[in-house]
Amino acid sequence: MDAPKKKLRVATTSLAGCFGCHMSFLDIDERLMALLELVEFDRSPLTDIKHCGPCDLGLIEGGVCNAENVHVLREFRRNCKILVAVGACAINGGLPAQRNHLDLRDILAEVYHTSPGLAPGSAIPSDPELPLPLNKVHPIHEVVKIDYFLPGCPPSGDAIWEFLTDLLAGRTPVMGHGLLHYD
Amino acid sequence: MSDSPALPVFILDDEEIPFTPGQTIIQAARAAGKYIPHLCWHPDFAAHGSCKLCTVKVDGRMGAACTVEARAGQVVENRGPELDDKRRTLLQMLFVEGNHFCPSCEKSGDCVLQATAYELGMMSPHFDHFYPDRPVDASHPDVLLDFNRCIMCELCTRASRDVDGKNVFALSGRGTASHLIVNSESGRLADTDFSVHDRAASICPVGVILKKRVGFATPIGQRRFDVRPISAQVEEDI
Ligand code: SF4
Ligand code: SF4
Ligand code: FES
Repeated sequence: MDAPKKKLRVATTSLAGCFGCHMSFLDIDERLMALLELVEFDRSPLTDIKHCGPCDLGLIEGGVCNAENVHVLREFRRNCKILVAVGACAINGGLPAQRNHLDLRDILAEVYHTSPGLAPGSAIPSDPELPLPLNKVHPIHEVVKIDYFLPGCPPSGDAIWEFLTDLLAGRTPVMGHGLLHYD
Repeated sequence: MSDSPALPVFILDDEEIPFTPGQTIIQAARAAGKYIPHLCWHPDFAAHGSCKLCTVKVDGRMGAACTVEARAGQVVENRGPELDDKRRTLLQMLFVEGNHFCPSCEKSGDCVLQATAYELGMMSPHFDHFYPDRPVDASHPDVLLDFNRCIMCELCTRASRDVDGKNVFALSGRGTASHLIVNSESGRLADTDFSVHDRAASICPVGVILKKRVGFATPIGQRRFDVRPISAQVEEDI
């Protein structure tokens, strides 16, 4: 008698992430099939959609480390009703933010210019195609408003499942002992 | 045959807690197996009163359970949404004040700050990060110091002064510039008489004072707070 419910639209992206949060998402294993009964995917590394359209839920892994990250993050915020920071990097910059006490120019010079083993004439890449790195790595809540945070590096598959099922059922997700972790 | 006279009691979250006169609220609560969140208090040391995590409501007024003495008939509120919300805010302030990158910290799973944040359900640090830049001191042969994780509880200061008789650590500076220093002319740990066997070497509740060459030895799942939440380990020593 129930009309088939409209599926919720979910977009995902990785900014200054390592794709580990997405791998952990896939760690929900066969529960992915149950999830696909409830949601359909918009822009995501798992689909071929190039830009985020109107969505119910956006999942963001990774902090913000370059100009393109900022554009993508703002596109997600404009289009997603609920935006979730997934993983340590999105939440506090994560291990990539360990570069924050170093001078960006020194880092780039060391990697592309002065480090031993580079071909002669190697220089810091400067093509305008490449997004400029930001001086510092930032948590995503410093750039746009974030509605929920799911910590972990990465959050476990079980934590992601618990979180998503709570959210899809309209409950504020609560992670108990063993599911909430920052490492 | 004489029954020992009944101890006076106070009320902690609707339960009667007996106490010996002179005990603070947190001391009596611990003896009764009740968890009051705390970071700078340790049963072996005098109260410090800096973290404010132990804040409870005593007869309607906020007070630090580590410094307020227990009195007969007191009504003390401990765990509840109002106090735990405030505690979460204090934790968030500590997390953004330092560089708490738990994924690469060898104290992870064994860290009182982290375990307390789990206990209180802290999902995000909420505030903007300070990203302090305090150089690591790896000068000592057996111990490494990462000052960017210090919560300024002064347990190391107290242990080094009161137990080891060495005075290796101190707090220095004012306001947000306050930070831990090492008492040697060079400021380096190697230039003190600090030893890995000192009480101060194993007292740090977070990941500042780390023994070298023993990190990541405990498998994930078996670390202290993997096994049981901090609120279930009230009577065990850190
Ligand atoms: S000291 Fe504790 S809270 Fe800080 S990074 Fe290490 S494990 Fe995390
Ligand atoms: S080094 Fe550790 S024990 Fe010492 S003040 Fe900092 S957090 Fe406390
Ligand atoms: S434990 Fe009471 S103020 Fe820190």
